[in-house]
Amino acid sequence: MPVNRAQLPPLGPDPPFRFPEIRRRTLSNGVRVWTVEHHAVPLVSFLALHPLGAAADPADRPGLAALTSDMLDEGCGDLDALELHDTLGRIGGHLDSEIGSDATLLTLSSLARFADRAAALLADMIRRPRLEQRDFDRVRDLRLNRLVQMRDMAPALADRAYTQLLYGNHPYGHLPIGSETSLRSMLLRDVTAFHSQTFSPSRLTVIASGDASHGQLADLVAAAFGGWDENTGNSGGVVDPVVLPPPPVPDDRVALVHRPDAAQSELRIGHVAAARSTPDYHALLVLNMILGGQFVSRINMNLREDKGYTYGARTSFDFRRGPGPFTLHASVQSDATADAVLEALAEIEAIRGARPPTPQELETGRAALTRGYPRNFETAEQISRAAAQLALYGLPDDYFSTFVTKVMAIGADDVTRVAQAHIDPSRLLTVIVGDRDKVGPSLPRLNLGAVTEVTTA
Amino acid sequence: MNIPYTRQTLENGLDVLIHEDHDCPIVAVNVWYHVGSKNEHPGRTGFAHLFEHLMFEGSEHHDRGYFQPLQEAGAQLNGSTNADRTNYWEVVPRNALELALWMESDRMGYLLPALSEEKFENQREVVLNERRQNYENRPYGFAGMAMMAALYPPDHPYHWMTIGAAEDIRAARLDDVRAFFRTYYRPRNASLALAGDVDTDQALALATDYFGGLEAGSDPPPVELTAIPSLAAERRLLLEDRVELPRLYLAWHSPALFSEDDAELDLVAEVLASGKTSRLYRALVYDERIATEVAVSQNSREAGGYFQIVATAAPGRTLQEVDRGIARVIDTLIAEGPTAPEMERCQAQAEANFMYRLQTVGGFGGKSDQLNAYNIFVGDPGFFERDLERYQRVTPEAMQSAAHRLLRPGARVALSVVPRGRASLALPGSESVSVS
Repeated sequence: MPVNRAQLPPLGPDPPFRFPEIRRRTLSNGVRVWTVEHHAVPLVSFLALHPLGAAADPADRPGLAALTSDMLDEGCGDLDALELHDTLGRIGGHLDSEIGSDATLLTLSSLARFADRAAALLADMIRRPRLEQRDFDRVRDLRLNRLVQMRDMAPALADRAYTQLLYGNHPYGHLPIGSETSLRSMLLRDVTAFHSQTFSPSRLTVIASGDASHGQLADLVAAAFGGWDENTGNSGGVVDPVVLPPPPVPDDRVALVHRPDAAQSELRIGHVAAARSTPDYHALLVLNMILGGQFVSRINMNLREDKGYTYGARTSFDFRRGPGPFTLHASVQSDATADAVLEALAEIEAIRGARPPTPQELETGRAALTRGYPRNFETAEQISRAAAQLALYGLPDDYFSTFVTKVMAIGADDVTRVAQAHIDPSRLLTVIVGDRDKVGPSLPRLNLGAVTEVTTA
Repeated sequence: MNIPYTRQTLENGLDVLIHEDHDCPIVAVNVWYHVGSKNEHPGRTGFAHLFEHLMFEGSEHHDRGYFQPLQEAGAQLNGSTNADRTNYWEVVPRNALELALWMESDRMGYLLPALSEEKFENQREVVLNERRQNYENRPYGFAGMAMMAALYPPDHPYHWMTIGAAEDIRAARLDDVRAFFRTYYRPRNASLALAGDVDTDQALALATDYFGGLEAGSDPPPVELTAIPSLAAERRLLLEDRVELPRLYLAWHSPALFSEDDAELDLVAEVLASGKTSRLYRALVYDERIATEVAVSQNSREAGGYFQIVATAAPGRTLQEVDRGIARVIDTLIAEGPTAPEMERCQAQAEANFMYRLQTVGGFGGKSDQLNAYNIFVGDPGFFERDLERYQRVTPEAMQSAAHRLLRPGARVALSVVPRGRASLALPGSESVSVS
């Protein structure tokens, strides 16, 4: 067949896609057990969703939730830390622990023939961590060392300063790792108390997926978590970040973290925006795709492909239980810092009405979300993580099956409307981690007020 | 477990590999060109990677951005360059397979007519910014360059890193791009893998339609490996950087990809630094607490490998302590060999890692990428099972022997990366190097 290079080939009809079936069961102690079958490879994955994260840190103990989750694999039940990791090695285990503002996720994958061991180990780490003094001392020191090293990492400096400026004393106002002062003051008993107060059967959802039947997966989780006393844990002292307002935006909206001889300027631009529960969720996803959420977005095409200022620029809405940030992220060459900020601010302003989405932008933005949707559900772990979003944010059972329809219903007017409703140029904060001498003189051109110099310790 | 496939070599020399997997309605399109930074020459380093960028800037029949039509079709796409190869991939919904083949074949056959000075200058700036972001502005970011330069002589093609030298990137010319394309971007120097929700016959017919008519060209020149890397004595180097904690990099020459002792050293690396029970982690981080982290890897490449240990000193501890701790652990491993529990662990982990790699059809490391890797490097896309067997066959004695022969104290590079102005924190006798 001769090839027609005069035009791109048509796509043909979109293939139908069905999200894998999730079966749900609740144990008598309250643990929710969700199962997904996935038989492509002889692996299983158990994901424990604990719906409390760094935002649950006590106000005077930033970093406590992360330190506690880091202690879970330092020995549990009858095994000390080395014995636990020896066992993980023998089952081909991959343990991943991840903490965000709203949640802590512990995922253990293994060869399918060791599924029973994997489920039991995960349960022991959550229910019966050893939490011993010598392990605490070592783990805390390692986290302190990590914090010391972060002083030289421009992205980490930017994230820290940006988070603090946006949220102040709000529970979202610190990175999960916390601060050196806070970590130094922590004691083992803080961890022990935090673990016993927050980890409870009624909060936990375990999502099991992989090469076994629904019944087998659910039985393994039930056997591992069933004996956990339903009265374990209470909500003592945990603040729901949803109820707290973020601080007002300052008059001076540009901050500089001085990094002598920096090869580039690391940028964060944004403000507190929407929560995961916003009815505008799907429209904001489409908006973000057009503005800075993919390679062909306006901001990346402008700053990278047109100007060559950066290796890449992107925007994101970080949807959380409480209002999360809208943020532009980029690392730009030092001598283009002010120009890059001005271009980015102009793009953000324009999408609010002056330059509404073109039909092609709208089509590309929606299609990238909908046509690309199936590949988010290729592996057992991807499916588990997607399901965890349902559990964490209390999304309806039909969330996945209605996603494509809802995105396709978004029009150009919706994009403009949610851009106006959720992005306010007069509130945008700009954080620059760069060399003061190279970028400082150009910053008055931004017209964002006096430059606040931030020192991070 | 295996990755079943069909291979057909088109008349112009392009290998087409097809693997069916109907679990998810997606297809991975993956193209490898057997060219990387080891095909470059001193003074023109970084070029293979800069060239890769230009492959996304349009071709004769679609002289606009490469991303637009594919993202509109729901694709995820990327590319990467290393010393030995350059790869490009798309993961598309199955109804966009033909689109992806159209796009890949157009840039394989017709890149040059769309090339312009303007695109070239723009991507040169982007690459310089990539270099700043990932190397110059990152703690310890220059260590890899210093290490490669020390391990390999200046005229050896592993002497430089793929990102290249900034002045070489600035010196590149548009004519170099044309010559490079004509030399290396030939069907006979490439391999195309399609994996996912396809029918083999239909996919093969489509691939033949789109790629079969491209001009075969001639074989690219072989890489000249006249310079033999060897370390007659230990080399101690010192690099001052914007870092808080000193870090020690130790490296030895090691076997090439898939050659004798390669799998053995992979498992030695596993026993040394994978998980809390591993020997180095346990000794340096867990028990003695003289290091904050330790990583070990057998970096095997086509024309030779290097085995590397990286450890960061804990505050108040010295690189000498770290170095002595590492030496003790290696000496013991060489003297006694790995234990039975260690063998059980590292082989279970190796098996699991092979299974984890079978989970995705596309992207870096997915099944389509693996088929191409095996095809390009060993000429057998079905090498998966034999690759796994390499690890299952490893004996503790073979690991012990490989470590004994290859990890010799007198044949290593020891690079100390220390905070600026604190040269005294390096291993004694280290020679200062500068990298930019």
